[in-house]
Amino acid sequence: MTTTALKEPVRETSPGAAREPRPRTGRIRRIGLPYLLLLPALLLELLVHLVPMVIGIVMSFKELTQFYIRDWGTAPWSGLGNYKVSVDFDAPVGEALLHSFFVTVGFTLLSVALCWLIGTAAAIYMQDTFRGRGLLRALFLVPYALPVYTAVITWVFMFQHDNGLVNHVLHDQLHLTDRPSFWLIGDNSFYALLTVSVWKGWPFAFLIVMAGLQNIPKELYEAAALDGAGIWQQVRRITLPSLRPVNQVLVLVLFLWTFNDFNTPYVLFGKAAPESADLISVHIYQASFVTWNFGTGSAMSVLLLLFLLVVTGVYLLFTSRGRRAADA
Amino acid sequence: MPRTDSALAPPRSFVWSRRVFLTLLTGFVLVPVYVMVSSSLKPLADVSGKFRWLPSGLTVRPYIDIWSTVPLARYFMNSLIVAGAATIASVAIAVFAAYAVSRYEFRGKRVFTVTVLSTQMFPGILFLLPLFLIYVNIGNATGIALFGSRGGLILTYLTFSLPFSIWMLIGYFDSVPRDLDEAAMVDGCGPLGALFRIVVPAAVPGIVAVAVYAFMTAWGEVLFASVMTNDATRTLAVGLQGYSTLNDVYWNQIMAASLVVSVPVVAGFLLLQRYLVAGLTAGAVK
Repeated sequence: MTTTALKEPVRETSPGAAREPRPRTGRIRRIGLPYLLLLPALLLELLVHLVPMVIGIVMSFKELTQFYIRDWGTAPWSGLGNYKVSVDFDAPVGEALLHSFFVTVGFTLLSVALCWLIGTAAAIYMQDTFRGRGLLRALFLVPYALPVYTAVITWVFMFQHDNGLVNHVLHDQLHLTDRPSFWLIGDNSFYALLTVSVWKGWPFAFLIVMAGLQNIPKELYEAAALDGAGIWQQVRRITLPSLRPVNQVLVLVLFLWTFNDFNTPYVLFGKAAPESADLISVHIYQASFVTWNFGTGSAMSVLLLLFLLVVTGVYLLFTSRGRRAADA
Repeated sequence: MPRTDSALAPPRSFVWSRRVFLTLLTGFVLVPVYVMVSSSLKPLADVSGKFRWLPSGLTVRPYIDIWSTVPLARYFMNSLIVAGAATIASVAIAVFAAYAVSRYEFRGKRVFTVTVLSTQMFPGILFLLPLFLIYVNIGNATGIALFGSRGGLILTYLTFSLPFSIWMLIGYFDSVPRDLDEAAMVDGCGPLGALFRIVVPAAVPGIVAVAVYAFMTAWGEVLFASVMTNDATRTLAVGLQGYSTLNDVYWNQIMAASLVVSVPVVAGFLLLQRYLVAGLTAGAVK
């Protein structure tokens, strides 16, 4: 996204500018003013996002182990060494990265799908007024409003082996399992992570879809009702197609946030994530801070960024093409 | 709403599926909230042994002990300062930037918006360490301590909410008719006068929504807080983990502390959620 945008010609012929000629007064101030207004935002984005990203890319080509941390500029160049280590899938480092990548992809797809589904269903069901709607809406937003760590810590408590709610309900009350299960280690941890992620994430989809629904003209429904379309048909023929532009952005944002999520797995599992729930950002964090090998960690981050760039690009290409086809 | 007319009342199948779905969802949402609230009032024996739905007795002891088990008041203060300052700065900067993009044509406008938005997709882990190095180097060169200080965290957090805030406010400002601020300028206001007298008052819901988002982002962030703070500047996000690294895990205290930490944000969010929905409707999803 960034790179394509940078290559584009800077001069813009916007329809707004062409439509109405601007008053000539204070023209010089007008030219300088927008840049002045943007300056703080620009400086901060440079300091916190863009410059660090460039440094991160440089670091990925260096042999930056703990001996060079104090003065990272003196670390020797390693060419593509860090990348070779990261993608050598026969060696332990690459194999673990690949595994973590697949876990993250699976986790993200499931989580985004569930968040979107629950959020959209709830928003559509709550489109009409009924008693208790306001209260329910406030309640549904609570998981989103809770700070991540307090929400996740509560789930950690619920997933405890001996004194947690989940085992109490599944084992003691419903007798579904032979013995209390471990939820935060072993294979179950994937489902634990997914549950927490969906619990925390769906209200955002709900919020956005709810806002999107308010922009659908009421006349559309009235016309459809006059034509004899039932409520299910209205949902299918009017609501869902009208939500398409909203969904395009929503799904992308959910995907990127979930894929990059660090807070949830970090608080849920601590520094050592179980293998079945080894999400990529925690994996890279560990590769960097636990083994103190920042070069490899940076290379992995760059690969992650490249992957996200490609996915985002392809996604935008296909969705906007689909949208254009639908409009035509 | 038009569809609540009796002639157009939703069919039974819709009403029943809605009832079932919303009931299940309410349960899913509420159980952790119930666990948090009830456990925070339980004696230690209740949370150490088998889980029980109903406490054997109620006690407010956890709410007293949380302040001495870890220096919670200090973490609270740090979080308040960091999140508060980051919010104010982020909103102010976003207002200026969004005004520029919404009202002016200039070279590089598209590059700016696309670049700012695309920072949203950067994995935090990619710039964590470089940022750490930059802050340390700025500190060494100028004596301004950014690493380990609240200032560094404020700078970092305000840029986290900046892209979304700018994006949302552009949409919101676009919906304020241009004629209004041009009329104000004819009446002798400068561009900034028009911004503060006309555009900002008309965009209050959007600005409130952005402020809520910025505060929540800063209040809840864990990754940078865990690397960039020290004992004196530790925020709640890291500080709260202090309860669980002890040998005896005081779950009732953890739940009490979680609740105390959550209440200001959740209450603020629920009070202002109308603005957020209105702001999203006018800005982000238009």
